[in-house]
Amino acid sequence: MSECMEVTATTLLEPKMPRSWRRASKPHKFCPGCGHGDVLKALGTAIDDLGIQDRVVFGCDIGCSLLAWDFFECDTVQAHHGRTTPVITGIKRARPDRICIAYMGDGGGYAIGAQHLVNAATRNERITVILANNTNYAMTGGQMAPTTLPGQKTETCPYGRDIEAMGNPTLGPEMVAAITKENAYVARGTMANMRQLTTMLKKALQNQIDGRGFSFVEALASCPTNWRMNAKSTWDFVEKEMPNYFKVGELKVPAPKEG
Amino acid sequence: MTDQTINQQKPVQGEKRMFMTGNEVIAYAALAAGAEMMCGYPITPQNEIMHYWTRLAPKYERRFLQTEDELSAGFSTLGGVLAGRRAFTATAGPGNVLMQEPLSMAEMMRIPIVLIVQQRGGPSTATVIYSQQEVTLTCYGGNGEGARIVYSPSNHQELYDYTLKAFNTAWTYRFPTFILGDGYQAKMRESLTIYDPAVRGVQMVPTEPIIGGPGAPGTEREAVHLRNTFNTEEELYEIITAMMGEYDRIAPSIVEHEAIQTDDAEILILSHGVVSRATAAAVRELREAGIKVGSFRPITLRPFPVEALRNALKPVKKMLIVESAQGQLAKLCKEAIYGETTPIEYIFKPGVGVTAEEVVAKVKAMA
Repeated sequence: MSECMEVTATTLLEPKMPRSWRRASKPHKFCPGCGHGDVLKALGTAIDDLGIQDRVVFGCDIGCSLLAWDFFECDTVQAHHGRTTPVITGIKRARPDRICIAYMGDGGGYAIGAQHLVNAATRNERITVILANNTNYAMTGGQMAPTTLPGQKTETCPYGRDIEAMGNPTLGPEMVAAITKENAYVARGTMANMRQLTTMLKKALQNQIDGRGFSFVEALASCPTNWRMNAKSTWDFVEKEMPNYFKVGELKVPAPKEG
Repeated sequence: MTDQTINQQKPVQGEKRMFMTGNEVIAYAALAAGAEMMCGYPITPQNEIMHYWTRLAPKYERRFLQTEDELSAGFSTLGGVLAGRRAFTATAGPGNVLMQEPLSMAEMMRIPIVLIVQQRGGPSTATVIYSQQEVTLTCYGGNGEGARIVYSPSNHQELYDYTLKAFNTAWTYRFPTFILGDGYQAKMRESLTIYDPAVRGVQMVPTEPIIGGPGAPGTEREAVHLRNTFNTEEELYEIITAMMGEYDRIAPSIVEHEAIQTDDAEILILSHGVVSRATAAAVRELREAGIKVGSFRPITLRPFPVEALRNALKPVKKMLIVESAQGQLAKLCKEAIYGETTPIEYIFKPGVGVTAEEVVAKVKAMA
């Protein structure tokens, strides 16, 4: 009986984590219910499955993604808001043998760093960009983001996003798919389907490992703190509302590698 | 000659007398310094640095990336430096404004990037060739109080010498390092000797990966986790205090100046960069006319040669500060000599060159 209890206690103390996660920085610093933890779990699993932890250079942006600066047992650099893509581009071009990952939010990727995302995609940089889309600027207190849905309320659109005045939400993967070559990998996954998201991230990283082209994965992610939602509403928003506008799936898959 | 033999050659061998533009000088100096990577974005008057680099670099397996803007040029250069490459970028004017963002990250994270600034007129787009109006921005352009090193060369030989030196300074002390030139120096042709640093006994400081180095992180070594965000005011205070303390300690070994006939000078002319060629010529002429005049030129604008300037001031009764800007050098000088009561006069010509004749006339009026 006592043995059983000990096992239980150990299990509670040591939850299952990807090997590439850095245990010393867990539990992680994101809010309860935040999607970043899940996206980074999928990424950690993908890194483990591909056995690339020793070669990964991970870059995180500013915004909530900055909290991932010591998340992995991988070499990591925190950049400026929107600038992770060029930092990671520079590292990759200097050291093509490294697997270079730029991790950011929707503000960093689609607003302040949009020119970097567009041009890195156009140049077909052999890097992997992973973007968590939670429809708002969360670290700064929940302002409207390029991805805020029509009618969605935020601190800077308290009466709901008016698409007449503010345009439609950015469709990132669709944009990246339109400007990349056929050997790019582009997908939108969701924390609501972790198995699929992990597979997408593995394919994105494999595309870089193969040296074929740019790879980009947007992950739909929750932000209960700024959405001001309870668990059920949060999950409904991620699972039901977000995919109505942000279609989940692969947008560009390179043909199987020859040989 | 096969590609292989080309690659094994040093881009600059022995010593060679050349007649080049300043931008060409910088490209050759960067090659001779063993710079491995340049990322850049077009802006006049620095473009030809990229033009020469893109022609020469592939022959020696050096890298180049033309980016979408100066932000990207600066940040991807930082990526190259983090990966252990001797990497640099170049810019001017409004590009220098954008470049301050990556450079402030370099200050916080102690990334040894080298940035060449060829000053042009400002504010805004202004003029494309010449000014000395980027002194304040280049010396103090970051947000917060970062530490950086700024060299202001005055001729093509110095452009070469100090570009070589900038890489060594950056990689020795791990502070971002600037060469502050201008469009006249960039576009003008002049004679100089280019050389393989080894033949002059100059060893290039070896580089190493700051991130993504050898060994498995977590098992064979600690993973590298670099950040520029801090959680508490106290944490930041400690970092800035330590950084500034270190900068103050190393400053005496970095600081440089040139003093001409200052021992008995009753009038001291202060200038920097290309303008100091006019002031040096003026000193020669004025000395021939029997006027006790000398000139002082900070070569490092940051750290500023405070002690040397204060020493040079001892016999001086009047000072003249000359610059192609509205008092940016003057601000640095006045801070350095705080407490001195020597009267100061000025020739401020923002965005316009200064001739020896103007300086001679002014000093004669002061004498």
